[in-house]
Amino acid sequence: MAETAAPPAHPDERLVRVGPLARLLTRPDIGAFVGALGVYLAFGYFARGVDWLGDPGIAANWTDQAAQYGIVAVPVALLMIGGEFDLSAGVMIGSSGLLLGYLTTHADMNIWPAILLVLLFGLAIGFINGYTVVRTKLPSFIVTLATFFVLQGVNAAGTLKLTGQTAIQNIDSASGFDSARRFFASDVTTYGFKVKVIWWIGITIVGAWLLAKSRFGNWIYSAGGEPNSARNVGVPVARTKITLFMMTSGIAALMGIIEALELRSMQSKEGIGLEFIFIICAVVGGCLLTGGFGSVIGTFFGAAMLGMVQLGIVDAQWDSNWTYTFQGAILFAAVLLNTAIRARMRRAR
Amino acid sequence: MNENGAHLLEADAISKYYGNIVALKDITTHVDGGEVTCILGDNGAGKSSFIKILSGAHQPDEGRLRVDGEEVVFQSPRDARAKGIATVYQDLAMVPLMSIWRNFFLGAEPRKGYGPFHWFDSATAKRIVRRELSEMGIDIRDPDQAVGTLSGGERQSVAIARAVYFGARVLILDEPTSALGVKQAGVVLKYILQARDRGVAVIFITHNPHHAYPVGDRFVILNRGQSLGTFEKSEIDRQELVRLMAGGRELAELEHELEAIQAEVS
Repeated sequence: MAETAAPPAHPDERLVRVGPLARLLTRPDIGAFVGALGVYLAFGYFARGVDWLGDPGIAANWTDQAAQYGIVAVPVALLMIGGEFDLSAGVMIGSSGLLLGYLTTHADMNIWPAILLVLLFGLAIGFINGYTVVRTKLPSFIVTLATFFVLQGVNAAGTLKLTGQTAIQNIDSASGFDSARRFFASDVTTYGFKVKVIWWIGITIVGAWLLAKSRFGNWIYSAGGEPNSARNVGVPVARTKITLFMMTSGIAALMGIIEALELRSMQSKEGIGLEFIFIICAVVGGCLLTGGFGSVIGTFFGAAMLGMVQLGIVDAQWDSNWTYTFQGAILFAAVLLNTAIRARMRRAR
Repeated sequence: MNENGAHLLEADAISKYYGNIVALKDITTHVDGGEVTCILGDNGAGKSSFIKILSGAHQPDEGRLRVDGEEVVFQSPRDARAKGIATVYQDLAMVPLMSIWRNFFLGAEPRKGYGPFHWFDSATAKRIVRRELSEMGIDIRDPDQAVGTLSGGERQSVAIARAVYFGARVLILDEPTSALGVKQAGVVLKYILQARDRGVAVIFITHNPHHAYPVGDRFVILNRGQSLGTFEKSEIDRQELVRLMAGGRELAELEHELEAIQAEVS
């Protein structure tokens, strides 16, 4: 075939024009970092009745809240990058805390073996979620919604039957309680920073490392991005997804343990509603709802942002009902930003 | 051909039926290292049935496949891969949102570590990707780039380089140029020749004789599941290939019609 027109001198000219700033903007975690910084500074102004920017006691409050969101948001983000959702992650916190309460107050177990059993229970529920999703090929949204409602009923009915109340009390009567509480739920410093915050940071580091530096991380990206291509080159997509579900439920169980130890009691409604907060953290952190892309570090900043909003609205002496509106607005802004980033990445096909 | 006179990959009288439909009938061809065999045919000619059989995704109803002269039965693509037969599908080559180096090693990540701890050796991965791609003459600005930002031709080229790096002896390319513009298709054709020059046996499936002729050593023309013949390059010229591809008589009719239309217009 005769080439009639001269080809362009350099095929990549368009790409040369992309500057370092535009490149930075394709990183999934930048938006969350800028957002969290913005919220922090904004409450420095709106909550000027207190020393929002400088008082470590206030930082201890909002990091406590952020850790409650951020610990479970890490595996939820990995699961989203792997292309799946877990709507039962919130209620799992309640189920696990209640199970710990039952084992210690009614089955008279020492707290440490009870903790181990609760973690195994979390992994088992995650396996059921993951196995069902992989085998039936149903959307995980539906499968885990079913798990959510089943567990919600079990939590409420089981607690009532057991105690005649809507909570299991006196978990601190268990043997070994003090040592466990020190490890999971105590204060670290004089300012009242919770040990929970260290768990949050630690789990974030492990999650970020897994995603960026491990073979499993590569599999997570591919399982969510293009599962058929991944299978085609030998990635065990089903195993990857089941493992992610197990991590999510397992860490939700850890969160339930932390809460039960911190509060010394467990409400039967605990955790319900948090599943959406975890997803908001992940989306703010740059995770796409369609999978294949996202960041654990970004999710960390997403959780920090939501924690600050929760406490900042109180410190600014606004009606705390506005929290929901803020969370919705943040989610919407994050989705728009993510869509723009993905369009940038998919351009020039 | 190896020392025993056996071909690297040989298809002998392959037939495939779907119910009462004859998808392929008595297809015979072969390929050796350092050669390109082109499978040509229009839509519905049986090209995709043929590659599915070669790549192990389907089993032939009649006929035999031989690798190095030994008869083989592929139950799955995994069996074919174990024999060094790699297939690059047009759509299933890459994960667009992942970087080039992550894609390149997907499913075969190099790892290092101590004791029970292992991690994905990303530095080595990036170095190998840069080296392999530049050896194939593929100029990639940055291995961290998402594959989705590459052009279709570049993506196919990376997939080819990946198959070659992982030891493919036979590379089956499913319509690698069909969705591409003229220049991009040229780029992919160049990498097909690069792979050939590295001793790989290439099976190149296409419906475009203009893409096949410059790179092919041997041409198998399929029409409605039948082979119109296997031709060495010395036995056929480009015009004849185009004519056979279009089904000879049909093309003559088409030319006649086009001339008639042209006469009306002018």
